[in-house]
Amino acid sequence: MSAQEPARHKISTRIWHWVNLIAIVVLFMSGLNISNAHPYLYWGEWGFSPDQAWLAVPRFPGWMTIPDYYSLAKARDWHLLMTFPLAFGLLGMWIAMLVNGHFRRDLTTTKCEWSWPAIRHEIAAHARFDFSQHGGKYNFLQKLSYGGVLGILLPGMILTGLAISPGMEPTLWWLVDILGGRQSARSIHFLFAWGLAGFFVIHVALVLLTGPIGHLRAMIVGGTHEPTNPPFARPDDSKGDAA
Amino acid sequence: MSILMRRRNFVLGSGALMLGACTKMQQSEAGRSVFDRVDDWQMGLQRALTPRDALVREYAPEDISPSFRGNGSTNPQNDGYPQHAANDFANWRFTVGGLVARPLEFTLDQIMLLPQRTQITRHDCVEGWSAIGQWTGPQLSTFLDLAQVSEAAKYIVFRCADDYTRGRYYESIDMNDAFHPQTIIAHRLNGEPLPIKNGAPLRARVERQLGYKHAKYLTGVEAVASLDGIGLGKGGYWEDYGGYQWYAGV
Repeated sequence: MSAQEPARHKISTRIWHWVNLIAIVVLFMSGLNISNAHPYLYWGEWGFSPDQAWLAVPRFPGWMTIPDYYSLAKARDWHLLMTFPLAFGLLGMWIAMLVNGHFRRDLTTTKCEWSWPAIRHEIAAHARFDFSQHGGKYNFLQKLSYGGVLGILLPGMILTGLAISPGMEPTLWWLVDILGGRQSARSIHFLFAWGLAGFFVIHVALVLLTGPIGHLRAMIVGGTHEPTNPPFARPDDSKGDAA
Repeated sequence: MSILMRRRNFVLGSGALMLGACTKMQQSEAGRSVFDRVDDWQMGLQRALTPRDALVREYAPEDISPSFRGNGSTNPQNDGYPQHAANDFANWRFTVGGLVARPLEFTLDQIMLLPQRTQITRHDCVEGWSAIGQWTGPQLSTFLDLAQVSEAAKYIVFRCADDYTRGRYYESIDMNDAFHPQTIIAHRLNGEPLPIKNGAPLRARVERQLGYKHAKYLTGVEAVASLDGIGLGKGGYWEDYGGYQWYAGV
């Protein structure tokens, strides 16, 4: 990367990406430990016994949880700690994206991208592992998934988390209402967490398929603005084994 | 091996290291103090966003859940509690002590004569479940005003009759919650005398916090300047023995 060339990812994006990764991994794994305390999900305001549940959640094994044994108290310590980097990190990222134009330039979709033939074409291309971006930084499905994570799933985790907190009830009772009650908010919190886990798996898989070293380098030190295409291109093949 | 490979291994390795470090950090003094501070931050942030006397939602009678789950101690067997229960708690006493100008002692009949508050609220357990019930009893502030609580008092300790698995249950709240209009000493649930599993004959309602703060089987409250000398010093049974957060608003 020459000094004049703009980095593929801005410094704000790179810092947020890794801080957020740590936050959501710890939140997810400690959240699974918390789920083990009462592994039943309900709709509405109340619910306290298995016969009222819409879902009996399986017990999550130690290797999936923080800490790696059942401890509601310690899991809550980790969970509550990581709410701060999650919430303030996301707030900072949104401000940065709106100020530096990343959101408007790279994440907003265009009207023609929303036509069914275009979407079908994108899906078919993805199925062939063709991830070309047609000039823009991200293709339509990338915009949808990054936008969905930044605009729906992550803010949704924060809002549902606030809604299930009794200390916020005097201020946010209306949010609890919108979400359909406290137990509904808790169910949505759980579902969104798995939505993020699903994004995480697909995101990592696609990074691995499209030149993980280039992507990692871009997300750590900035990288060049050249998209890593064609598929399976490994710009650093000469330098190492990219398995 | 290239620099890039090493860098990637560093990223993966530091992830694993971080997760491994979680357990270590939890046990260290420095780690504990980080988590204690997190508890303070959560309380500070929540209180900054919430007016001091703002009320939690109160529900309509038709929202009351078909039953109200009992958790923790549900049938104490120690120190004469079964005899009190057999006797309909006729000899039960509730004391108001500690940093007060006038220490007081109440019978249940005297408590019934105080101004009462009835509220239908949602109870949220730290485990995740919720139930809705109608609670009746005097506001805690009524007792504290009658006893003329001292300016020096920073916390109200709930004294309980039940031994749980590792010792006597107790809890504590600060004056912000103690004087909140919905913090009451409840003796009725859904219009009936409080059932034993829900804390008969008296239990605290601290509506802006999780269930373990709502101490049951109350024998009194004590105004204190510090939680240091009480129990193991963390401000409650679960805080002492289970590592739960003292502030349970989240």
